[in-house]
Amino acid sequence: MAEGKDPEKEKRKIKSVKKMKAIMTKYYKKAKLAWLTRKKIAWITSGGPVEPLIAMNIIPVYPENHGAMIGASKMGVDLCQKAEAMGYSSDLCSYARSDISCAPAKGGPIGGLPKPNMLICCNNICGTVLKWYEVQARYFNVPLFILDTPFCHTQFTQEARQYVKKQVEEYILFLEKVCKKKMDHDRMKEVGRLSVEAQRLWQAVLDTAQNRPAPLSAFDAFFHLALIVTLRGTRQAVDYYQELLAEMKQRVADGIGAIPNEKHRLLWDNLPIWYRTRWLSQKFAAADACLVADTYTSAWCGALQYIDENNFLESMAEGYSRIYLNIGIDEMARQVIQMIDKYKADGLVMHSNRSCKPYSFGQLDIQRIVREERGLPSLMIEADMVDERFFSESQIDTRIDAFMEVVRERKSGI
Amino acid sequence: MKQMKELAGITGNPIAYARRLQETSGKKIIGYMCSYAPEEIIHAAGAHPLRLFGSGRNILLADSHLQSYCCSLVRGVLEDALAGNLNYLTGMIFPHTCDTVQRLSDIWRLNVPEGFHLDIVLPVKLDTADACQYLIDVLHRFRDDLGKALQTKISDDDLRKSITLYNNIRNNLQKVYELRKSNPDLLSGRDVYALVKAAMIMDRESYLTILQAVVGEMQKATGTADNKKNRRKRLILSGGICSQPDIYSLVEDVGAHIAGDDLCTGSRYFAGQISVNGDPITAIAERYVKRVVCPAKHMGNRSRAENLLHLVKDCHADGVIFMLLKFCDPHAFDYPYLKKALDKEGLPCLLLEVEDQPQAQEQMKTRIEAFLETLKTL
Ligand code: SF4
Ligand code: SF4
Repeated sequence: MAEGKDPEKEKRKIKSVKKMKAIMTKYYKKAKLAWLTRKKIAWITSGGPVEPLIAMNIIPVYPENHGAMIGASKMGVDLCQKAEAMGYSSDLCSYARSDISCAPAKGGPIGGLPKPNMLICCNNICGTVLKWYEVQARYFNVPLFILDTPFCHTQFTQEARQYVKKQVEEYILFLEKVCKKKMDHDRMKEVGRLSVEAQRLWQAVLDTAQNRPAPLSAFDAFFHLALIVTLRGTRQAVDYYQELLAEMKQRVADGIGAIPNEKHRLLWDNLPIWYRTRWLSQKFAAADACLVADTYTSAWCGALQYIDENNFLESMAEGYSRIYLNIGIDEMARQVIQMIDKYKADGLVMHSNRSCKPYSFGQLDIQRIVREERGLPSLMIEADMVDERFFSESQIDTRIDAFMEVVRERKSGI
Repeated sequence: MKQMKELAGITGNPIAYARRLQETSGKKIIGYMCSYAPEEIIHAAGAHPLRLFGSGRNILLADSHLQSYCCSLVRGVLEDALAGNLNYLTGMIFPHTCDTVQRLSDIWRLNVPEGFHLDIVLPVKLDTADACQYLIDVLHRFRDDLGKALQTKISDDDLRKSITLYNNIRNNLQKVYELRKSNPDLLSGRDVYALVKAAMIMDRESYLTILQAVVGEMQKATGTADNKKNRRKRLILSGGICSQPDIYSLVEDVGAHIAGDDLCTGSRYFAGQISVNGDPITAIAERYVKRVVCPAKHMGNRSRAENLLHLVKDCHADGVIFMLLKFCDPHAFDYPYLKKALDKEGLPCLLLEVEDQPQAQEQMKTRIEAFLETLKTL
């Protein structure tokens, strides 16, 4: 296609994308062939503590990452409808719905995930995962470990800290029992360090978007996020993000932006709309707007401050409890404002995502707080991350136009 | 029964009742909206626990805080609070349950000016020793926090007195359900609904007096059972809260009755007893751990189905009606597996998805009629 040869577009393409795709393909292949290598498979929630799994040589598989793939390949509606035929309400999280129906149907872009030997559910992101993993534990009839991270409305109490710490010990015992072998604590320490290093690198990659023009956009971040979710704790993730960081720095030096003509900088809130990322990125780019940062991809490095890389297991309890979705709305608003300042954003785009209640309820208050404290215009897009039936293109198209008008006017007014 | 008229008035407008109670008795009213609220501790502090339901008015103010895909219970309660209808509350407490209530707590804290605000961040799993210890720790913290907020000290003796009162209420409500099992005509379904609901609204001492009188009259009336009527189909109502009390009469009108329930505004509210020996906080925690679990909490992977089947057997029920609030995730996730468990036993069920607003009554009636038709052919 002529499009591929456009030198302007070629220049803007992130070279690491290819590598990332190769790594992920290999990762899923390996997971699907785990039965050959006698490796155990654990399904784990996206905010879950993966490091002990890596240390125990267990292959972690992420139904939510799979959900994102289902959404991006536009297979969400079909799978969601299948779940509804099984009796699951269409109001439930579409990651959960598509995963639940995918298991018996072996559907989706990779013919279903490899069967788990165990399920690891950490409820630091939502209560949905608890119910979802109960469903899968019944379906696959495998042991389920729940890491219960008490919600931090205004504080992380002493008793909560103790409770989570105890569970981290139980978690290790659980893994040792399922694998019938002891945890190698030296290896665990190494994995902990690698995890922290990868998270730092990921943060550094995201930080490059502070430059004008931003070398990557939130849409790029959505894509490059996969490794920090699935493979943190491995050398591979560290190597990859080092390369990606180098590429971003080079782009900054060369003045290459994520979009051709960056005039406006926006912040994205909530999960991506997986089946429309391309449409949305083009839509914003056409208005010379770059989504320079987002609250979603930064969630995988937001709790770094609580983690001690030399004492990973000990500090993990706090790190995993105090992540973005497990804190009160006022604290979330504070973090949004910090990001607005840090990335010099001119506006806020919020995806009101009917799938994700803990992420979406409270957005209206965050929007108000941001308006009061920074006077920033914001846009609320009503949609769903995977289920296209809840996306109205014409309506969203008009709303983005109107919003960009406000952003432009406000800037010319200053 | 003459008591029922009074109760119907109170449960029809709990907000007005509690306001009057506050004005006449000077009692401090503490709001809550979940059956994991430790009422005994509130009562021991000399305050009055009031369960909130949302008065079903049009949603205007809550719309600026909660999107349309939020359950009507939470939207309704927030609407009442923002409209100032709950401004007599001395405080509001939020036991941690579902994602929606979790965020309601934040929104409340930031937007409702009146009263103090306390979170009770309960564990989500209840089936490990560490979780139980954490639950006890959390309840201890709540006791301290509440004491501070109300400027009082809650002694163990106060707690034991409250536990005894609540045990008494629970015991008598269990009797009501027990008596109705063999003779449903002793009290209409609608009256049972009002009786349980009033337990979460009324001054608990006055309530107990009424409840005991009701039980007494029911006991006197047993034996006058009309056996023909008792061959009516028996149903179980399962879900979170019952926001459509009309369902009881609808079911009775088509010649069946609700013989038992699995509702958090029904039997889950009064199941179990609390020991009066030992540390009262530990005893309160023990009841929560032993009680039938709510779907927002984890107690193994199959306990709810086991409970439901047990209940069906115990009540000799012919079928189950699931009454689920639209947008309620925990219950919606459990429905398919509960249905499957019933299917396996050859037990039919009907799913009614409702919103907390005057429902299209006719439609509900038609569906219940159709369901009963299929039951009769079985
Ligand atoms: S999208 Fe939201 S509700 Fe669904 S699994 Fe993720 S955090 Fe939970
Ligand atoms: S009805 Fe469901 S979603 Fe609403 S508050 Fe109750 S448990 Fe939460």
